[in-house]
Amino acid sequence: MKCKTCGGKATVNMRQHKLALCSTHYLGWVPEQTARFIKKYWMFGPDERVLVAVSGGKDSLSLWDILHRLGYQVDGLYLGLGIDEGIGYSDESHRLSAKFASERGLKLHVVDIEKEYGASIPMLAEKSRRGHGRPCSVCGVAKRHEMNRIARDMGYDVLATGHNLDDEVAVLFANTLAWSADLLRRQEPVLRESDGLARKVKPLCRFYEKEMAAYALLRGIEYIYEECPFSVGSTSIYYKELLNRLENERPGAKLAFYVKFLEAKKNGLFTPPTEKDFILTACPKCGQPTSGDGLCSFCKIVGKAG
Amino acid sequence: MVKLTLRNQQYEVKPGMTLLSSLEKIGVLPESVIAVRNGEMILEDEILKDGDEVKLVAVISGG
Repeated sequence: MKCKTCGGKATVNMRQHKLALCSTHYLGWVPEQTARFIKKYWMFGPDERVLVAVSGGKDSLSLWDILHRLGYQVDGLYLGLGIDEGIGYSDESHRLSAKFASERGLKLHVVDIEKEYGASIPMLAEKSRRGHGRPCSVCGVAKRHEMNRIARDMGYDVLATGHNLDDEVAVLFANTLAWSADLLRRQEPVLRESDGLARKVKPLCRFYEKEMAAYALLRGIEYIYEECPFSVGSTSIYYKELLNRLENERPGAKLAFYVKFLEAKKNGLFTPPTEKDFILTACPKCGQPTSGDGLCSFCKIVGKAG
Repeated sequence: MVKLTLRNQQYEVKPGMTLLSSLEKIGVLPESVIAVRNGEMILEDEILKDGDEVKLVAVISGG
């Protein structure tokens, strides 16, 4: 297969775009497309300060690399979750994130959940008895809480995450199967800021997971290859595999599912949100916005664990 | 023979097949892996030769 730009040997083939590129042109194409999506979805401007949530994985480190290459003011945030499971998962992901930052002279903020709150994510899950032996739901709540806290307290304009199209499509598929209208209504490449909530953006939302892995490999980014031990056998991975089977037979199916969903929403698929949907109150303990009257979900978990 | 490795799993296929046919033979979806031979990424139409060792990098992650 030949590169569409130069005719040289292609190393990446994107059947959904009918586009094959060589390594050099692919490494130019990815940042160009990212810049296009940042503009298309009004994510952020060149003067805004961006905080990228990094996990040591291929997507978040690639995102940091791309935004840095595009010239944005971008720092990283690593959350130490305290996941070990005999393979030192969090230690290794921290090491790789720190290595990435130091090699490029970038600033990395590190927050260790156990040091900050007295218990790691697996400990919080066990003590609060949430998740039935799988701490993913506690992990999600903690990450959202801490990412927002740091972005807000440190004065960043926007928080960027490395969600790729496969991540988005797996969530869309799950929420469609359950007809979770509220969750479908909230699924967007950008969640606008509101009182106490940082703007959240997903600049990689139009790239397939395979494309991001290719980018990381071609850029020589060392990322954590091992899966989070708690995500093995998860529903999201199952849906991704299922959707890849569909993609294999029907190239472009994943992209069309996501893009047409966004278009349908824009054209009024859901009733517009009302004022009631935006009523948030401050958590009496941490001050972060919450939809309930009392403590936010994270403070409830920490309270139960304490 | 051609050796393909995916995580800790090793497979062998006959030389002369394309990467795509080899992946089909061992039951691995092309969408879920990137194939690397001698440190270089290769595409599905690549014909695998006797003695080739291909590392299949899994691309799906959870979270």
